[in-house]
Amino acid sequence: MTIEILATGPAATIQDSGRFGYQRYGMPVSGPMDAFAFQAANILVDNDTNSATIEFTAPGLSFVTTKPRLIAVTGYGLRLFINGIEFPVWMSVFVRKNREVHIEKTSEGMWGYLAVAGGFRAKRIMGSRATYLRGGIGGLEGRALLAGDLLKVGKPGVDLTTAAGRTFLPETRPSYNASPTLRVVMGPQQDSFSPKGIETFLSQDYTISTQSDRMGYRCEGTPIETISDQSFISDGIVNGAIQVPAGGQPIIMMADHQTTGGYPKIGVVTSADLPLAAQTQPGGRVRFVAVNIDSAVIAYRARWQALLDRNWSLHETFLGNMQA
Amino acid sequence: MVPAFDSPYPRILSVGDAALTIELGNSIDLAINRRVFMLEQALQTTPAKGVIDLVPTYRSLLVLFDPGIVDFQTLSQHIHNHLRDLPDAQGQQSREVIIPVHYGGEDGPDLAFVAELNHLTPREVILMHCGQLYPVYMMGFTPGFPYLGGPEERIAAPRLASPRTLVKAGSVGIAGQQTGIYPIDSPGGWRIIGRTDFVLFDPEADQPFALSPGDLVRFVPLHEDHHDD
Repeated sequence: MTIEILATGPAATIQDSGRFGYQRYGMPVSGPMDAFAFQAANILVDNDTNSATIEFTAPGLSFVTTKPRLIAVTGYGLRLFINGIEFPVWMSVFVRKNREVHIEKTSEGMWGYLAVAGGFRAKRIMGSRATYLRGGIGGLEGRALLAGDLLKVGKPGVDLTTAAGRTFLPETRPSYNASPTLRVVMGPQQDSFSPKGIETFLSQDYTISTQSDRMGYRCEGTPIETISDQSFISDGIVNGAIQVPAGGQPIIMMADHQTTGGYPKIGVVTSADLPLAAQTQPGGRVRFVAVNIDSAVIAYRARWQALLDRNWSLHETFLGNMQA
Repeated sequence: MVPAFDSPYPRILSVGDAALTIELGNSIDLAINRRVFMLEQALQTTPAKGVIDLVPTYRSLLVLFDPGIVDFQTLSQHIHNHLRDLPDAQGQQSREVIIPVHYGGEDGPDLAFVAELNHLTPREVILMHCGQLYPVYMMGFTPGFPYLGGPEERIAAPRLASPRTLVKAGSVGIAGQQTGIYPIDSPGGWRIIGRTDFVLFDPEADQPFALSPGDLVRFVPLHEDHHDD
């Protein structure tokens, strides 16, 4: 029935696609930081794309299976070991019972996802299993996972052995790198910035600050000049929105962001590139480049279509139940 | 309210590639706010394909959508049709919610400050705070936090220069010409004048939020032991 967590870091949480419908009451959506890796993991094991996964970061995640399982590990900067033998990530892997699975977070990237065929079970709060740590809501008792936690898994929707060996090759994944260029749709409040401020934003490198979390990534760099007498009435915030408070240092709003805010938003990271932003570590540099909506949508659809079309490859070595 | 002929409002702005915002005005105004909720309701009643969530705020409505299903142009057209047919906000009924408050003392550590600042007695501040209906203009900041519009100018008070690291759930505060209630323990910079036992947020309840944007709130004083004139 269960998977037992052996070890993990401080930020491993249960996440489904998010808690929608309650933002009007001020309830953050939560859900995955890297929506692409999250969806890919679920799709590889034939889960519904809203199934609950474990999102984790350094140092990684270790667990024991008490039953045979089909798993997929996705994200950036990960190595997967089953009883000490290395397996590829971004691939569905059949795991026999009583195996020790160790996912190591390398020095690259931020977030990893573990999907298990059947999905993790947890009580739905306001329709979702996503964990909102700040509010202590959802997931497992509203908290991060700890060694010793026993997680229930739902009934798999697929024959575990025949579905092994599916893999999304690197060319189908976002082009993860340590210092990505992020495409941005400008606005909606670009009028709150001087031409000089906008030029600064689009020409300078910004370093992701250590003061970053699931709520937002603070960026440090040349201050962005605002038009000082602009007062702005609070409005709604989306994932990837780039708020610029009075100090001129931008903040990229992430999965746990508050629903409303009173700082002007110079632009919004495109849906296609938000996974790249999410996977940038503190100390990593980002650069912003403006694109129009049409090209942003084309990029998003091209990237996500591979997932929705289940455009995976089959890895000969790992087909069937030949492993782990 | 009929917008001026040359008004840029309502206007629809893109918010990245997966959302748009409809701005119905550029001020905190009850009539504009009512129209936001009416538009939200219209979009809930006749949902457009691909819409994921709606976030009403003071004078605008954020519409989140799946860019794999619908695009900005199509959705904008759908919304323009609703805007054209939006009924007058006059005569719209709002729900009234009564919230009992313990003012002053440990529950309201800033009551004396607000009184002194405005050359009033604490009792006068309480009477003024209780003396009107407050529309819930929007909710945000933390789950269930209502931004209540328009307390009397005579009890306005600036935010704390340095926010408290912990404001207890139920605390009733004033910031400028706004009042609000902290639904959960959280940091906060509003001047706290009282506290309520009324539960604003229970995540496991069928209806987790006691208030909804568009409601009207009336505060009622529970006792006045701590602040004789």
